[in-house]
Amino acid sequence: MVLVYIDHEDQQIKTSSLEAMSYGAAVAKLLGVSAEALVLGTTQASIKDLGKQGATKVHHIAVDSLNMLDVKVNSTVIAHAATQLNASVVLFAHNINGKALAPAVAIKLKAGFVSGASSLPEIENGFKVTKTVFSGKAFAKINIATPIKVIAINQNCYGLHPIENVAEVVAMQSNIPAPSIKVTEVEKVKGELPLTEANIVVSGGRGLKGPENWGILLDLAKELGAATACSRPVSDSDWRPHHEHVGQTGLQIAPNLYIAIGISGAIQHLAGVNRSKTIVVINKDPEAPFFKAADYGIVGDAFEVVPALTAAIKKSRQSE
Amino acid sequence: MKILVCISKTPDTTAKIAFTEGNTKLDENGIQWIINPYDEWYSLVRAIELKEKDPATTIHLVTVGNAEVEPIIRKALALGGDEAIRINVQSNDSFVVASQIAEVAKKGAYDLIFTGKETIDYNSASIGSMIAALLDLPFVSLANHFTIEGNTATIKREIEGGEETNEVILPVVVSCQKGMAEQRIPNMRGIMAARTKPLHVQEPIACNESTQVLDFELPPAKQGVKLVATDQMDELVRLLKEEAKVI
Repeated sequence: MVLVYIDHEDQQIKTSSLEAMSYGAAVAKLLGVSAEALVLGTTQASIKDLGKQGATKVHHIAVDSLNMLDVKVNSTVIAHAATQLNASVVLFAHNINGKALAPAVAIKLKAGFVSGASSLPEIENGFKVTKTVFSGKAFAKINIATPIKVIAINQNCYGLHPIENVAEVVAMQSNIPAPSIKVTEVEKVKGELPLTEANIVVSGGRGLKGPENWGILLDLAKELGAATACSRPVSDSDWRPHHEHVGQTGLQIAPNLYIAIGISGAIQHLAGVNRSKTIVVINKDPEAPFFKAADYGIVGDAFEVVPALTAAIKKSRQSE
Repeated sequence: MKILVCISKTPDTTAKIAFTEGNTKLDENGIQWIINPYDEWYSLVRAIELKEKDPATTIHLVTVGNAEVEPIIRKALALGGDEAIRINVQSNDSFVVASQIAEVAKKGAYDLIFTGKETIDYNSASIGSMIAALLDLPFVSLANHFTIEGNTATIKREIEGGEETNEVILPVVVSCQKGMAEQRIPNMRGIMAARTKPLHVQEPIACNESTQVLDFELPPAKQGVKLVATDQMDELVRLLKEEAKVI
């Protein structure tokens, strides 16, 4: 059986977990077994709808304390459930919680572990999964040699593949170990779309000349319903908050559309964004290396091009 | 207090990645090796800061690899740290690497174990979580702020769209990222001192690899950029809608 760990927040299942479920259903089909989901904690989200991504059953350990991430506790609970359910593959989204939990679960299950998987496994002569390495500059094919496999899959690499199906929700009991951490404060930026979950990202670099010029970028992002990001020099100069920095030493993202404004496209920046499906580059320097990695390019002054693009999108929305 | 800082060797961030031997090996031609940036800038420097505040602190560095990793560990010692341990085995399997470090950690009875949030070569982000699981310790990932009082650590960590503050009783394993500390450059005195700091080489414990890297490939090259003139934004919107189907 393929067991998929489901992450939820703010009474919603995370898109990355829906995608992991969909990937899990495909892995289960390859192996000729069922795909089932595991939900820890309490949520108002309609977890039976995980059926739409291919889950036949949703195992639910509805204990409030599991809503917070205590890696020692939650990984123990997940590993215990996986053993009880006889899972041969345990899947996570390669998001913040998945990155913290999956390796610990792998240890507890004595399972081989691959994180950042970007393809379905090949199951002839082994169990081979492709993952991104060198921060997106290459892929490696890894064979997992253990009977149980734990895999964390990259966000936005497989997509959602909805079907008509409702999963059966099964309440599951678990012995919850004593907490190992105490959460004393949670601060969230209100109304901002998390970068790693965004379908569209609009990003700015030094070409915008100063933080006071970010208005045109924010207007474009608002019109597209996009999250905003920036290059490393911009975050190092405190023009934008550190959590917006994408690149090799910042966040690695893979949106459907990445619009780079005034970013030259140094190799370290490309490593963070080159898994984006479509890349649009706006730069006044026709020699900017980013154009080589782009799908669409506009050689021109951002201060003219960006407002014109925002207006064109607005116009096209109105004519729909 | 005793701190263990895990150090990994990675290609420089500007390295152009290519492969040899039928795409089974990294082409090391022209590659500059560095300390994994997250290990150096954040976990090692934060450990050094803690020692500056409390000189009774001991910092040990640990790395898993063959003799080729020694220049990197000397470079780390030039920044700070009292001594280093190299476990003499080369492996790309995170279970093997974590098991070796966990063994060192168990014997050394450390109060704090720092890793970078991930290495920039294999990007698994797995070693810290695995060490914690092997030692049955608490683990806090993606820490961007760390203070300590008595035996309690207060750690801020990244969550999606914000941050969370955790309190943990030591010992704890922490993966470190931007915000923990500011990058430092080793000074001459540090570089001289590093030459004579103890570097212990230990043989690995027996441990089977649970995964093997079979081969590598480079991402497919882009088809070539389609240029759109600055006064053709309606056309760009059309392309994004109808051709790329992304808006």
